[in-house]
Amino acid sequence: MSGYQSGLLVILCFNVIAAYAVYLPLAAGQLNLGVAGFMAVGAYGAAILTNEMGWPLVAAVPAGGLAAGLVALVVAVPILRTQGIYLALATFALGQVIAAIFLNLDIVGGAAGYPVAAYAGPGGVYALTGAVVAAVFLLSRTRFALYLTAIKSDPVVTDLMGIDVRGMQVAALTLGAVIAGLGGGLYGHHFSFVEAQHFNVALSIYTVLYVLLGGVQTVWGPLVGAVFFTVLPEVLRVGGGWRYVLFALLIIGFMALRPQGIVTAGSWRRRSPAPARVPASLPEAAE
Amino acid sequence: MTTPALALDSLSQSFGGLQVLTDLSLSVPAGRATALIGPNGAGKTTVFNVVSGVYAPTAGRVLLHGRDITAMPSRRRIRHGLARSFQNVRLMDHLSVVENLIVGQHATTRGLSDLLTPFRLWPEHRWRRQAVDALAEVGLSAHADAAVGALPYGIRKRIDLVRATLAGASLLMLDEPAAGLNPTEMNALRDHLALLRRRGVTLLVVEHDMRFVGEVCDWVVALDFGQKITEGPLAEVQRDERVRAAYLGQAA
Ligand SMILES: Nc1ncnc2c1ncn2[C@@H]1O[C@H](COP(=O)(O)OP(=O)(O)OP(=O)(O)O)[C@@H](O)[C@H]1O
Ligand SMILES: [Mg+2]
Repeated sequence: MSGYQSGLLVILCFNVIAAYAVYLPLAAGQLNLGVAGFMAVGAYGAAILTNEMGWPLVAAVPAGGLAAGLVALVVAVPILRTQGIYLALATFALGQVIAAIFLNLDIVGGAAGYPVAAYAGPGGVYALTGAVVAAVFLLSRTRFALYLTAIKSDPVVTDLMGIDVRGMQVAALTLGAVIAGLGGGLYGHHFSFVEAQHFNVALSIYTVLYVLLGGVQTVWGPLVGAVFFTVLPEVLRVGGGWRYVLFALLIIGFMALRPQGIVTAGSWRRRSPAPARVPASLPEAAE
Repeated sequence: MTTPALALDSLSQSFGGLQVLTDLSLSVPAGRATALIGPNGAGKTTVFNVVSGVYAPTAGRVLLHGRDITAMPSRRRIRHGLARSFQNVRLMDHLSVVENLIVGQHATTRGLSDLLTPFRLWPEHRWRRQAVDALAEVGLSAHADAAVGALPYGIRKRIDLVRATLAGASLLMLDEPAAGLNPTEMNALRDHLALLRRRGVTLLVVEHDMRFVGEVCDWVVALDFGQKITEGPLAEVQRDERVRAAYLGQAA
């Protein structure tokens, strides 16, 4: 593999990890627009642990993930009182606050950034990505994942079925933050440098964008979205200066043609023969 | 007298200035099928919403098997034996039929290990099998893997009912289970309710179709403007002047 290819693959890996961080709460209908903030917590947390406390990487990166999860847990309860657009705005603001704190924190270099001594090679990045994908895939086979989708469909009925809706939402947001923190922790150690400016709004929003582009109906959507989003700009290099315009147009086109995302539940439902599609003939009763 | 499965004690409910239930007391005997009837807007669905905990009543108490559940969080009530269906069919559109039913089994599962078992790695896991069996019992197994939105209204309505039975509830509240069903589906529904009664499930049924009420229920409570106007066997209730007036008032 050439340096260019492995460099691209590493970036793809970080994008995949971020995608799953956004996907978990999104599966329950919660839009997290502050994922970069949770990555920053993991990145700075893990870097401080290896730089200042002499922790080994294999302990520092998970600790960075836990730190991000802890931040999510603390803010989840007040944040999840808000719904819809307000939840999105609250996580957006949280991401901004976190980045601003690190930007002004002198012990991690402030705006000048924070060099990281310990190095994580591409192998480590691939391994973590594989572990995250495997974990989220397993999770998608559980009742927990089913309940997240149920909550997205109808939180009132889900509650009446005995399911702790708030608890599931907190868990989804927190687990997503742990994944973001893990990715952030490894990011700093791979590029040997952490700077708050990297964990900006654009990172959060692009991540949501390509998760939606891939689709949130199945666990593979975010993966496909991340691949698409990472590889397409490279393919479009032939277009020279126009590639970003082309890229934006392609994304808009995809969203228009496949609003449910590239991968939908139907694309994977192959085990059973498709049921006969009978049109709903009777009108809904009032209410 | 034995403890009723459900008792409402001087229940009142208002939304803003709108008084929807007023000092309503009624009891649903265990092991029987009781109907709750009344013209549109009488407050029948509101009774279900208060009993299931969607709304906290303005005043009064709800007793489930003699236990005061008025302040119990809505999600805990199903584990105490209370389940319901919905007038407007509220299946989860993002899930398949069998997935909806597996969500409906939640109250029979235990703890974090059940929550995090990747059971869908096994195509014949017992949770799925139980859900498919419940469909087969009422002749709906052909729809197990269908997307909910693709199904006709009558089928969705009956699946909503199957889902309500999967938590092993002792008291089932059904909000217009027969509305929108064709004659064949009505027969299947009658058989289904008979099966539930043989299993000892107590039914509280809101229904406008009086023939259906007569076939399924042995006691009828009539509501109007959120108040109980009478109760008794169907024939008696139908003869009652106040009931006739209530329904006439609606027609006028
Ligand atoms: N959440 C709410 N907020 C305000 N008003 C409500 C609410 N829920 C019900 N109502 C009102 O309470 C009254 C009773 O409604 P309810 O749905 O209980 O009637 P119902 O007897 O079930 O009627 P139907 O036979 O049409 O289903 C109606 O006037 C309705 O508009
Ligand atoms: Mg109603």
